[in-house]
Amino acid sequence: MSVTLWTWIFVGLSFSLYLFIAWRSRVRDTKGFYVAGRGVPAHANGMATAADWMSAASFISMAGLISTMGYSGGVYLMGWTGGYVLLALLLAPYLRKSGRYTVPDFVGDRYESNIVRVIAVVCAIFVSFTYVAGQMRGVGVVFARFLERDVNEGVIIGMLIVFVYATLGGMKGITWTQVAQYWVLITAFLIPAIAISIKLTGTPVPQIGLGSTLKESVAGEKGVYLLDKLNQIQTDLGFSSYTDTFVGGWDKANVFFVALALMVGTAGLPHVIVRFYTVRNIKAARWSAFWALLFISLLYLTAPAMAGFARYYMIDSLNGKTENEIPQWFESWQETGLVMWFDDGDGVVRYSAGADNEIFNIKGASPAEIREIIASHATWKATNGAEGIDGRLLMRDRGIAGPDRDIIVLATPEMAGLADWIIAFVAAGGLAAALSTASGLLLVISSSVAHDLYAKIVNPDADEKKKLLVGRATIGVSVVIAGIFGIYPPGFVGQVVAFAFGLAAASFFPVLVLGIFSKRVGTVPAAAGMVVGIGFTGFYIIASVYAGMKPWTFGIFDHGIKPQGIGSIGMLLNFIVTLGLSRICSPPGQAALELIDSVREPEGVGPVIDIEEAMDH
Amino acid sequence: MLILLAFWALAGLGCGILFADTLNEINVGGFPLGFWFAQQGSIIVFVVLILVFCLVMNRRDLKHHEKIEDEKNQSGGDI
Repeated sequence: MSVTLWTWIFVGLSFSLYLFIAWRSRVRDTKGFYVAGRGVPAHANGMATAADWMSAASFISMAGLISTMGYSGGVYLMGWTGGYVLLALLLAPYLRKSGRYTVPDFVGDRYESNIVRVIAVVCAIFVSFTYVAGQMRGVGVVFARFLERDVNEGVIIGMLIVFVYATLGGMKGITWTQVAQYWVLITAFLIPAIAISIKLTGTPVPQIGLGSTLKESVAGEKGVYLLDKLNQIQTDLGFSSYTDTFVGGWDKANVFFVALALMVGTAGLPHVIVRFYTVRNIKAARWSAFWALLFISLLYLTAPAMAGFARYYMIDSLNGKTENEIPQWFESWQETGLVMWFDDGDGVVRYSAGADNEIFNIKGASPAEIREIIASHATWKATNGAEGIDGRLLMRDRGIAGPDRDIIVLATPEMAGLADWIIAFVAAGGLAAALSTASGLLLVISSSVAHDLYAKIVNPDADEKKKLLVGRATIGVSVVIAGIFGIYPPGFVGQVVAFAFGLAAASFFPVLVLGIFSKRVGTVPAAAGMVVGIGFTGFYIIASVYAGMKPWTFGIFDHGIKPQGIGSIGMLLNFIVTLGLSRICSPPGQAALELIDSVREPEGVGPVIDIEEAMDH
Repeated sequence: MLILLAFWALAGLGCGILFADTLNEINVGGFPLGFWFAQQGSIIVFVVLILVFCLVMNRRDLKHHEKIEDEKNQSGGDI
């Protein structure tokens, strides 16, 4: 059977499973819709959180990033897992105790202000839409490559599936689908990694395989460590050594700030936090943070191994090959334009960091454009440069060398020559990762609009049925908007992800931590802190990404701070402003103080019970 | 909890980033140590940290719960 047929089977099976689960867990009240009736067991919530968290970016792009970045790729690994420690220790149990439905809900009540609530809602919506656009695009890319469908068709199918199970089951439907999606995506990630690890090093544990010696049949000699071999190949071709620290623009300060921004941003992301509202009690909230990170670490510990293997195969299977030796996987990916070979005329592939590099990618180009560039390069080669355009010059002008990072995970099983069904299963895994994250984000958008804006501010008297209807309608509208973003991706999706983390780090994290641990911080300092944090971070990212501002060095760093890392400084500013103003402004009122006491009190006594019951009506 | 946060900073930010170049001089198996911390070690430490936090806090909650129960019994159950 062909890869395409296998992919159809796996995609069909997994999609029907998701729909079946959605049908089984449809809900009738807002409590079920927003927080799954607060009845999710800790380990199931951990799995759902893990699936929610691990997006198309974690599944598809991350190993690719590490593969090209080497040591510096560790910032994503550390940043995206380290945040869970902050989340588990500082936020999750307390927020669960507050008994609220959403993050803006807690922030609004704690700081006794609808303005603060609205700021939080806007942040939550912005962060979520930024994210969801990328997920829908991820679905489209998988469909395009493995099912030979148009990218847009893939986006629409993805939209329909998410729409059905999110509106039907709300948080409850989403949670149980995410549990299923976790299993699909983690097995899809582990099977090829294990298979490749055995192939390269003979060790069935990829994490150990990365630090093991290559098999004699692979390396041609005995006892060579994979990483040593990789370093040697990399340096030979002019790349920087794979395990070397702080190369290029990634100096120590940048690695530090970017990792910190990602960690703090992770802890402040609303779609992750909201998952801890779904469990039965505080104890379960703590345990589910543990399970979540454990399940996430399965993928995050495997990704660097996959990255190392992929780097080895990528160079080994391309560099120095002649026209006839070009592997099959390369030709099928070439059609997508995500990896291209523009020969200089000698018929041998050269993949290097220097001017003689012949491997490029054209991301975002239409199939017609890709064919045109290839044809024109072929003319150039055939006429010895008299006619046509040298594709290499064209690519070098655009500044894109090497294969696209997003294909690494999807292409490595093919590079390693694994069985067709494994390759197809990886495609289903990528879809599961993208869909699970998209649905979690859509629910955040829906709850922010329907609960925080509509039910709390616009129409506080709305009855249960009406609230539920508004919730479902918002999800419907959000799915359509997300789909439009997926079909017409704003060119800046990649950069705005940095924006999402920066914003979450600079806005939510300080406000939530101080909201729980300080009794002195009132409305004005919190609002001012958020505005300063967002304003500074937003200004820096927009100015340096779009307006070409030179990154600031603050007079102490060798290289300017990357836009991804600026959230760390935004967060510090937020803390400084909030704490500074707190000395002057009035402390919070009685209701807020009681709320603080009740979230810190681990027992089920105190006013929190009343709040929960009052909100169930 | 501050101790746990200190471990978090030490493993993630310290070993993974700040001292990574020094640690990279040491090789354990096929891994340079700084590289290992950045890509594997820190994550393992994070998982263990949350596990410890869960165990410690849940035990504390239990004690706190017993204390409240005791007080309840002593004062004749009118809390």
